[in-house]
Amino acid sequence: MSAAVKEPLFHVVKRDGTSFGRSLLIRLAAIVLALIVCAVIIVLLTGMNPLSVYAALWNGAVGTSRRMWITFRDAAILLCIGFAVMPAFRMRFWNTGAEGQVLMGAAATAAMMIYGKALPSWLLYALCPLAGIAAGIIWGVIPAFFKAYWNTNETLFTLMLNYIATQLVAFCIIFWENPPGSNSVGLINSKGKIGWLPNLDRYGCVLPILIVLALAVLLYAYMRYTKQGYEVSVVGESENTAHYAGINVKRVIIRTMALCGAVAGIAGYLLASGVSHTISTGLVGGRGFTAIIVAWLGKLNPFSMMIVALGLVFMQKGSVEIAGQFNLNENASEIITGILLFFILGCEFFINYRLEFRKHEKEAVKA
Amino acid sequence: MESNIMIEMRGITKHFGSVVANENVDLTVRRGEILSVLGENGSGKTSLMNMLAGIYFPDAGHIFVEGREVIIRSPKDAFDLGIGMIHQHFKLVDVLTAAENIILGLPGAMKLDMNQVKKDVQQLLDKYGFELNLDAKIYEMSVSQKQTVEIVKMLYRGAHILILDEPTAVLTPQETDKLFQVLRNMRAHGHSIIIITHKLNEVLSLSDRVSVLRKGAYVGTVNTCDATEMSLTEMMVGEKVVLDIERPDPVNPVMKLHVDDVTVYNREGREVLSHANFEAYTGEILGIAGIAGSGQKELLESIAGLQPHMTGKIHYRNRKGHIKELTEMSAQEIREIGIRLAFVPEDRLGMGLVASMGMTDNMMLRSYRKGHGLFARRKEPHDLAEHIKEELGVVTPSVDWPVGRMSGGNVQKVLVGREIASSPQVLMVAYPVRGLDINSSYQIYALLNEQKKKGSCVICVGEDLDVLLALCDRILVLADGRVSGVVDARTATKEEVGLLMTSEDKKEVQA
Repeated sequence: MSAAVKEPLFHVVKRDGTSFGRSLLIRLAAIVLALIVCAVIIVLLTGMNPLSVYAALWNGAVGTSRRMWITFRDAAILLCIGFAVMPAFRMRFWNTGAEGQVLMGAAATAAMMIYGKALPSWLLYALCPLAGIAAGIIWGVIPAFFKAYWNTNETLFTLMLNYIATQLVAFCIIFWENPPGSNSVGLINSKGKIGWLPNLDRYGCVLPILIVLALAVLLYAYMRYTKQGYEVSVVGESENTAHYAGINVKRVIIRTMALCGAVAGIAGYLLASGVSHTISTGLVGGRGFTAIIVAWLGKLNPFSMMIVALGLVFMQKGSVEIAGQFNLNENASEIITGILLFFILGCEFFINYRLEFRKHEKEAVKA
Repeated sequence: MESNIMIEMRGITKHFGSVVANENVDLTVRRGEILSVLGENGSGKTSLMNMLAGIYFPDAGHIFVEGREVIIRSPKDAFDLGIGMIHQHFKLVDVLTAAENIILGLPGAMKLDMNQVKKDVQQLLDKYGFELNLDAKIYEMSVSQKQTVEIVKMLYRGAHILILDEPTAVLTPQETDKLFQVLRNMRAHGHSIIIITHKLNEVLSLSDRVSVLRKGAYVGTVNTCDATEMSLTEMMVGEKVVLDIERPDPVNPVMKLHVDDVTVYNREGREVLSHANFEAYTGEILGIAGIAGSGQKELLESIAGLQPHMTGKIHYRNRKGHIKELTEMSAQEIREIGIRLAFVPEDRLGMGLVASMGMTDNMMLRSYRKGHGLFARRKEPHDLAEHIKEELGVVTPSVDWPVGRMSGGNVQKVLVGREIASSPQVLMVAYPVRGLDINSSYQIYALLNEQKKKGSCVICVGEDLDVLLALCDRILVLADGRVSGVVDARTATKEEVGLLMTSEDKKEVQA
């Protein structure tokens, strides 16, 4: 008989609920550890002083009031796209199509700005967001409809719709290009800024931020207090329970994706009318996918998602500065972001479990 | 006598977070004996045995096998020590044959000699008196045959200490007798057998000694010959309990529900319930008996409007005496025409409740549509949750604590409480006391009787025939998706019902 007699070095034990303070402490420890690891890597790879690299990072993101406002605005846009996937994720509908939904919203807004120049300006101000929202809804409801009635795989479906959206925009650019032959649209209505989101401040950042903050409050209330929000939670938890409670699951799927599409449309509108004032296939630039990270790291809570979006944009803006100042390429900051994310995600394990190590002195027991 | 002890567990402790599964438990198993580990659901029987089988690792304590201290880190370590466990959920590959499952995962020569393997296994079968066709595929087998495969698999691996987790939960009375005979044969050959159970009659008829656990702690061990049903119950529960179930006579029974030739198909289009035909009356409890998976779930779901693939008709008589046809209606439509059907499904957390939500939000499942406007009202559900918590003694830190983290008994109280709160005209419950301790079980029986006295039509799917025979007025027996008989519960015997559960004439026609 070959009985194992060695006790394992450690085993994993589940914690039963961790207090808020403790989990905050674990998260902070994770960030500090991540920064130390990053510093070691910076020294090893480049021989530079990691503190000055961190200073540059800070400076690049929020060093001047202009930079700070732009960082906030871009965080708001990313957050808005995060809101466009959050209700779907609450429903366990794996929406990977925010990229396309936002792009369609932006394209519809751009079309409004281009073709609606002659309209009275109040009408155009109303039509631009409506067009964006409508386009987003269409792009969101198509996969939901197929999912609800034929149980298609929403992950693949929404992902592929992204490519169709890109191709559609590429096609539109042929008609909208300005100046002709440039193969790009350029600033739309740069004379007179017709259809542009009005600037409340010097940098044009305050209005988009306010819109997204309002959305955060609305969505929080919708998910938490309305009958429809309740239905979304039930469907997400178990379709069987939803049927049992008499919830029309098909209708909830389609309705919720329409909501997601509408929010994506608003993000597209903000991008086209408030930020870039143009349209291109790369307008969204992968933010539709980064938004998925925002949603999950924020645990699908609109207010936690704010912190995550801000953190991610902060790192991104800072990285550009590092790249310029120290002659590194942007990948250096990608490494820093990666290490940070690794530690932040990894610390969840320690929030939920603890390790029990082998006791060194074992009291002698005789059989 | 020292050498007679096969396994000794000393001071075993296991916690899951703040939940104590086992606290300082001692247990000894002798050579060639059948030991029952008795305890109510949630008393830590299975987790204690899982530590012997290498599934869990104890937080503290020592395990000795044949006098030597051992550390069991994995099921493989347990096998090496000759310990084999047969879990409640079988771990077999459906598309392989019995013989293939038995040798699966074992090292062997490069060339597999299946004939030799079968010869060896057949010897084992003959030695202990198993009946098994080694060439049959698992998916063709009944639950009892699958269990046999699991046991033989362990024996073939050289296990001489066998742990069986609730082995009779899925067996008919006749199959149970057969299993017990085999276990006795194994004992005669010097094997040690541990059976985990909460059924007293089995303990008394089979085992040599009984070890009792209560709330994770070791209560004591007695010789079976010195024990009675009463004394064991007291050890299990810690107090005297009355084991009689009340059965008032039905008052003015009126036909409430008529299930007319209902056939339900599964997703693959196979009949899972065929041509069910029966009536249910007000003021009575209609029991439904049958081996697990004989169509009980489909029957209840078709009445509740949750079965999309069905033929036949379901008629319902409302208070004014009008007959309504419910067929083709969804759960929501049935409610909209003012019919109060309450349904406690088998899958409590996967269908009846939302695990991640608290009691209040789970109350809303039935009532959130009430009131106008966009916002859901939380006041009434909250009050109802508080009421149920108080009335039924639900143990939970607050009504917002996720029900998925409550114990099984409390979950069931929440679900039954909500369903009864709608003062239903038809109350359907599936396995209402599964996982409940004795006191909670009797509380549930009392609630069902209360509904019966109020004139509701109660339909109760159960697995414990003794309970069904004591609680119900009539019992409908399902066998392989067919109604094989309806008996009067006051006069029928357990054997009669057991025979109806296994009548297989339909199967032979198909084959």
